[in-house]
Amino acid sequence: MSEHQPLFSGADWDFEKVQRVYGAIEEIAKGELGLVTYPNQIEVITAEQMLDAYSSIGMPLMYKHWSFGKHFARDESLYRKGMRGLAYEIVINSSPCISYIMEENSMPMQTLVIAHAAFGHNHFFKNNGLFKQWTDAKGILDYMEFAKGYIAHCEERHGHQAVERVLDAAHALMSHGVHKYPRKRTPDLADEERRASERRAYQEKMFNDLWRTVPKGPTSRKGSEELAERKRRLGLPEENLLYFLEKMAPKLAPWQREIIRIVRKISQYFYPQKQTKMMNEGCATFVHYTIVNRLHEMGKLSDGAMLEILHSHTSVVFQPDFDDRRYSGINPYALGFAMMQDIRRMCENPTAEDRTWFPEIAGNGDPFGTLRQAWADYRDESFVLQFLSPALIRKLKLFKIHDVSAKPEMDVAAIHNERGYREVRKALAQSYDIAHLEPDIQIVDVDLAGDRRLIVHHLVEKGQLLDEAEATRVLRHVANLWGYEVRLLEIEAETEVVLKTHEDVGPSASL
Amino acid sequence: MNIIDRRLNPSGKSLANRQRFLRRARAQIVKAVRDASGSRSILDIGNGEKISIPADGLREPSFRRASQGGIRDYVVPGNKEYVEGDHIKKPEKEDGGEGGSEGSPDGEGQDDFAFVLSREEFLDIFLDDLELPDLVKKKMKQTESSVPSRAGYSVTGSPANLNIVRTMRNSLSRRIALKRPKPADLALLEEEIRALDESGDDPERLSALRLEFDRLVARSRRVPYIDPLDVRYSRFEHVPRPVTQAVMFCLMDVSGSMTEHMKDLAKRFFMLLYLFLSRRYRQVDVVFIRHTHEAEEVDEETFFYSTETGGTVVSTALAEMKRVIDERYPPADWNIYGAQASDGDNTSSDNPRTVGLLEDMILPACQYFAYVEVGAEYKDWLGRDSDLWRTYKQVLKPEGNLAMRRVRVRSQIFPVFRDLFSKERNDNATWAAGGEGI
Repeated sequence: MSEHQPLFSGADWDFEKVQRVYGAIEEIAKGELGLVTYPNQIEVITAEQMLDAYSSIGMPLMYKHWSFGKHFARDESLYRKGMRGLAYEIVINSSPCISYIMEENSMPMQTLVIAHAAFGHNHFFKNNGLFKQWTDAKGILDYMEFAKGYIAHCEERHGHQAVERVLDAAHALMSHGVHKYPRKRTPDLADEERRASERRAYQEKMFNDLWRTVPKGPTSRKGSEELAERKRRLGLPEENLLYFLEKMAPKLAPWQREIIRIVRKISQYFYPQKQTKMMNEGCATFVHYTIVNRLHEMGKLSDGAMLEILHSHTSVVFQPDFDDRRYSGINPYALGFAMMQDIRRMCENPTAEDRTWFPEIAGNGDPFGTLRQAWADYRDESFVLQFLSPALIRKLKLFKIHDVSAKPEMDVAAIHNERGYREVRKALAQSYDIAHLEPDIQIVDVDLAGDRRLIVHHLVEKGQLLDEAEATRVLRHVANLWGYEVRLLEIEAETEVVLKTHEDVGPSASL
Repeated sequence: MNIIDRRLNPSGKSLANRQRFLRRARAQIVKAVRDASGSRSILDIGNGEKISIPADGLREPSFRRASQGGIRDYVVPGNKEYVEGDHIKKPEKEDGGEGGSEGSPDGEGQDDFAFVLSREEFLDIFLDDLELPDLVKKKMKQTESSVPSRAGYSVTGSPANLNIVRTMRNSLSRRIALKRPKPADLALLEEEIRALDESGDDPERLSALRLEFDRLVARSRRVPYIDPLDVRYSRFEHVPRPVTQAVMFCLMDVSGSMTEHMKDLAKRFFMLLYLFLSRRYRQVDVVFIRHTHEAEEVDEETFFYSTETGGTVVSTALAEMKRVIDERYPPADWNIYGAQASDGDNTSSDNPRTVGLLEDMILPACQYFAYVEVGAEYKDWLGRDSDLWRTYKQVLKPEGNLAMRRVRVRSQIFPVFRDLFSKERNDNATWAAGGEGI
């Protein structure tokens, strides 16, 4: 391909052009940006198939559930009314990495999409630490195949309604069905013995007969010991509600536990995506932007194609101001892309301010290396905390609002000035922290001796209680799985003051 | 890199999900569909329908924080005038300044859930658990439109049906079996002969080759490339397709006493019946007969929208119906349904003749005959039954195929219709010509 020959002309695409463009993009992505990706598989689909993929949370294989039908009906009616366009692509974190591209896309759009999904997202999936730790890209499609088959089999054996009941409940708890930290390995016998002897040795060393003479509260002590023992046995407190119910719910049949497990696994699989939405999109957007610009520089993209690409690029990274009617939160594409462009700027053309704030990267001359490092080691929260620069805060004119519900007015707590940078940055980072985004719900105790009531706590942060109606509905689902009543208490995290007690919810009438 | 074209994959992957969704929301959907049918022109009822159902039972709840209360910090872009320490008045409705990332992932709270039902789905639900009475008598008629279906191969047939694959396969195996020389071998031999001929080296071999060549040519003439024996034709058998067909007679009194309102009620009832029949039968003919003191068969437009003046003689309509049946719809071939709408007036002297016609001619020919008495919306029922009602009541039998109902307002149409055709109808109760439908 000569330096001045565009890779294609016109809007129509065909497989040969896609192949050619893919080759050119790959050259830049691997050669210049140094991306490392899973092998790619690009699949061309129709708009209807795209809607299909939407409704089943983007997975090519999914078990059947009414909620997916509901999403499909809603998306379809929105799409038909023209209220919503379809995504240009969907990409799946699997190996090979599957990117769906729509047949309606023009050739410039396909170019953009391939750079965005097949290289941007793909690189992020393969290299980001969270994905490496939590997801198994090679196994996911096989697992989904199994899940789909297993649930279909259960429907045949136990009836649609019985399966639906379990799935509904599991879906309601999906966001509280992930392990946030690697689990403690269950100790084996040798381990146990070693620890027991260590403990004994320690006790012998610390033995002091005087302790025996200290008076102690006889009954309460015993109660708390029992509680501690029970909690230890049940692995309480447990914030992975699905895990607890799967392992401990007394009334579930094995197939029901397996279904919960399937939902839990899927939830866990998507857990990194929730935490890296902004970075992931930013990475993909940065990659496509850099690549198409290079292609254009090299004369491989015609001006017309470039204009079309830039047009969609611009609408993707559009960030309306807070007082704009179109404002609906911070656009993850916009923020991610802006931060990564900013990092590139700092690496290449740092200002004095950058040198003070980011001495380790300012002017290091290796923007792509720096970015690759960031893509590998950070998630949204830590990425903002680490890399959001004063220059970008000024550019976006970010400011922080402090809102106390009791007061009639909100305060402007910090703006884009010397005093406010750190505070704005910290607050923005926190808004991406999944630990703050989702309420902290834990199973704390079970009344095993009595009525087997499950006790669940919500550790309230900043006085934000749960949505009551929703909570009651979810509790119903919890009770359906647990089989007995469930009680939810909302407790102030710092002071352990009970703010609100929900009514006990029992299981709904069984089928 | 692989590119895979998935566009031709079977579509409707989420059909199973949709069915589950419809089943889940069935109760609400049924209600919405019934409501929609009350408020809307019957003419569109057969089309797909956008319906809204309450989100109850379709919620996908999750633990999430309430949208208000507590202490919240937001970071938002686009500061224009604020400096640190400013106070912003909260918007009246507490959602303007929110970060946007909160709230339900679906963006649906108390709202109804709106979506589009396809025509098929709509009718399925709309006419669910209704059944045609007396299907036993359903006649099969063999129409001329029989369907060709494949039935193996034959040695005779029209050239259009020549099955080339079969023919060539036979030809090939025969040629192999009979050792027909291949054209390529012949060409080689010919080449060799020509070469020998030109050089004149080996006359003995040349003549042997020539003999061989002649033998092979003769053989390939004897063993033809395609023999009539090889030829096969695809065979089709004409399978007569039984077609159930129905004709529906709409009888209506159009004398001056029938108001627009009454006609509207009648029309709705007829439309429902038509929809229902057309779901059960491949072909449904509709015959419109209007009557005053005389009856005539008319087209739909005239039937519903033109007014006539004159007395009311019901028997004329029945006689006309009888004439049309005799002329065009032999009861042996057609399922005949009659639906009559009237305000109940009849000339008293006509009643015996009406009864006679109905009992002796019409009912024996019909699968089902429904009489709907339409009343004025505002007028309360007088204590006594109308002329026609009393007349028809004489004919009514528990096992008979005559049904009578009264309708006064639009919303009663569907319940009455359901009542007439519902599967689990209690015969005795239904046939006793009870008062108003519901």
